[in-house]
Amino acid sequence: MSAMPKWADLVLIPLISLSLAALLSALVILGIGEDPVAAVRMMVTGALGSTYAWGYTLYYATNFIFTGLAVSVAFHARLFNIGGEGQATLGGLGVALVCLALPWPHWALALPAAALGAALFGAAWAAIPAWLQARRGSHIVITTIMFNFIAASLLNYLLVNVLRPVGSMDPSTARFADGTHLPTLHDLLAPFGIAFSKAAPANISFLLALAASVAVWLLIWRSRLGYEIRALGHSEPAAIYAGIRPVRTVMWAMLISGALAGLMAVNTVMGEAERLVLNSVEGAGFIGIAVALMGRNHPVGVFLAAILFGFLYQGGAELALWTDIPRELIVVIQALVILFTGALDNMVRMPLERLFLALQKGPA
Amino acid sequence: MDFPTLLQVLDSTVRLATPLLLACLAGLFSERSGIYDIGLEGKMLAAAFCSAATAAVTGSVWLGLLAGIGGSMALAGLHGLSAITFRGNQLISGVAINFLAAGLTVVLAQDWFHQGGRTPSLLGGARFEAITLPFAETLRPVPVLGPVYAELISGHTLLVYVAALLVPASWWVLYRTRFGLRLRAVGENPEAVDTAGVSVQATRYAAVAICGLLCGLAGAYLATALQAGFSRDMTAGRGYIALAALIFAKWRPWQALGATLLFGLLQAIALRYQNIELGGVGLPVQVMDALPYILTVVILAGFVGRAIPPRAGGEPYVKER
Repeated sequence: MSAMPKWADLVLIPLISLSLAALLSALVILGIGEDPVAAVRMMVTGALGSTYAWGYTLYYATNFIFTGLAVSVAFHARLFNIGGEGQATLGGLGVALVCLALPWPHWALALPAAALGAALFGAAWAAIPAWLQARRGSHIVITTIMFNFIAASLLNYLLVNVLRPVGSMDPSTARFADGTHLPTLHDLLAPFGIAFSKAAPANISFLLALAASVAVWLLIWRSRLGYEIRALGHSEPAAIYAGIRPVRTVMWAMLISGALAGLMAVNTVMGEAERLVLNSVEGAGFIGIAVALMGRNHPVGVFLAAILFGFLYQGGAELALWTDIPRELIVVIQALVILFTGALDNMVRMPLERLFLALQKGPA
Repeated sequence: MDFPTLLQVLDSTVRLATPLLLACLAGLFSERSGIYDIGLEGKMLAAAFCSAATAAVTGSVWLGLLAGIGGSMALAGLHGLSAITFRGNQLISGVAINFLAAGLTVVLAQDWFHQGGRTPSLLGGARFEAITLPFAETLRPVPVLGPVYAELISGHTLLVYVAALLVPASWWVLYRTRFGLRLRAVGENPEAVDTAGVSVQATRYAAVAICGLLCGLAGAYLATALQAGFSRDMTAGRGYIALAALIFAKWRPWQALGATLLFGLLQAIALRYQNIELGGVGLPVQVMDALPYILTVVILAGFVGRAIPPRAGGEPYVKER
């Protein structure tokens, strides 16, 4: 029984939830004695006002597309993968090992290899929680949280004790060779006569993220495995009755999810830092949760939500730079978005459903 | 390791285990009633900030404690609203609460105190003082037991003793009172409780409120007893370690004490020794950091006795009509 038309479910509810989150965020800004309108104006200028600003917004959005897709693929199988952070950390390790292993002559060779490394390491880090969930029934939320912390400790150990170049105090790997340098949007757009900021970190990984979005769409709605993932997510008994093997499906969903989270590292480690540092993920794995919830687990929605969060991230950095509003305001906004689009979904949905039911009865 | 060093390590184990124990008991009440709570971290952080900010302004640690409990219970109320009233996803609600606390505490601290997201350092009456138990100094010359009493048992802050007393108290409430029976039943089979004419929602709200209260104590302990003031993200994953301890203890109070003491010991060792030599093999500090999480995964995997959560955990209850 659907009380509501599809557009209300897909557009209206997210918009109302988002407005509530925005309203409360404005109240927080008012509460600390700043002007919300001026803050929004500054964020728009700082995140969208120049190609330099867009370069940062798209750079952040690239991360969030990957982690958002990762969370949503798992959500389709009704698995809550909260371990994007750890999987992306390991993905960074994969990228670094690939980039440091060979003297890569050209990025076109290094990129596929590094992406493969990132995906494999990310998937491997998701594999153990996935197996424990599928075979032993251990709750995937708890195990993936634990694996986030284990990943942080592991990377800390490797960077301090193993990968750090001799004589360096910094817990990070050596700089990657020039052959692994990814073309930035400036390099990519120059042949078309479009002038794009040279300093901004957005790079070819953005296109990789778009390709991943299309691939996820094909996987979830146009492939046999995607059908099995969705069927399992809707009803496990029905899926088993239909001959779907739950263990295999859970494993695949989580491996793909982990691989997508790991791919994020191509953007941050290879595209921006060009070496592996501690905490290169910077919470993007968690933002993927907000992005997936807001994007209703659809690649198009994830893309739009990722752009929005990229805007918030870059705009928030500008706010922190020019005003007294700390960067953590973005964390508050992120929390409110998760709260309203995720946990308090029914608060918006229930009255709306009643409204639409009343409307349907009215004219008939 | 000589005896005085051992005592020092155990002493800091007690200090570090206390916030874990309080948060673990908090999670115990909530999860036993069928409400998953991964927002322990956020509630502790909010409580740490509220207590430190209030104690800094008023100079009274008691008002700080109250404010800490208030802040934590407000977030608990939010969790109840989304998880019980609006039947939302409890895990997502917990994630949101963690971020809300992580962001809001720093934003407010920066706005109120302008010290880069910290509160001013707490002095004198704005902090919990160590309590010397009776005869601690007189008994100190007694070999072995004297120093143990004087150093390890005596000389902690009030909240440490409160936390210790809360273990038998929780056991008694959960297993020897009518309320405790209902609370546990609501987490296993809410339909049966509903049939008996007891409100599932009210029982769960009560459990979530107790969880907020205990997280408030944990956070206040961090900011006003263990340390002197609030700093950005000062819980540092303790809420998740408490969650791990809860699973380790298989959702039982006495075992929670054991689990949090074990994890506190790991923290104390990691704090004191950077690298440990065990039979010629160097054990890096990161292993100690990761050990609570690794142990929890092993327990969850069911290789060392299976951890079975309350049966109705995570499921919103829809009353039949």
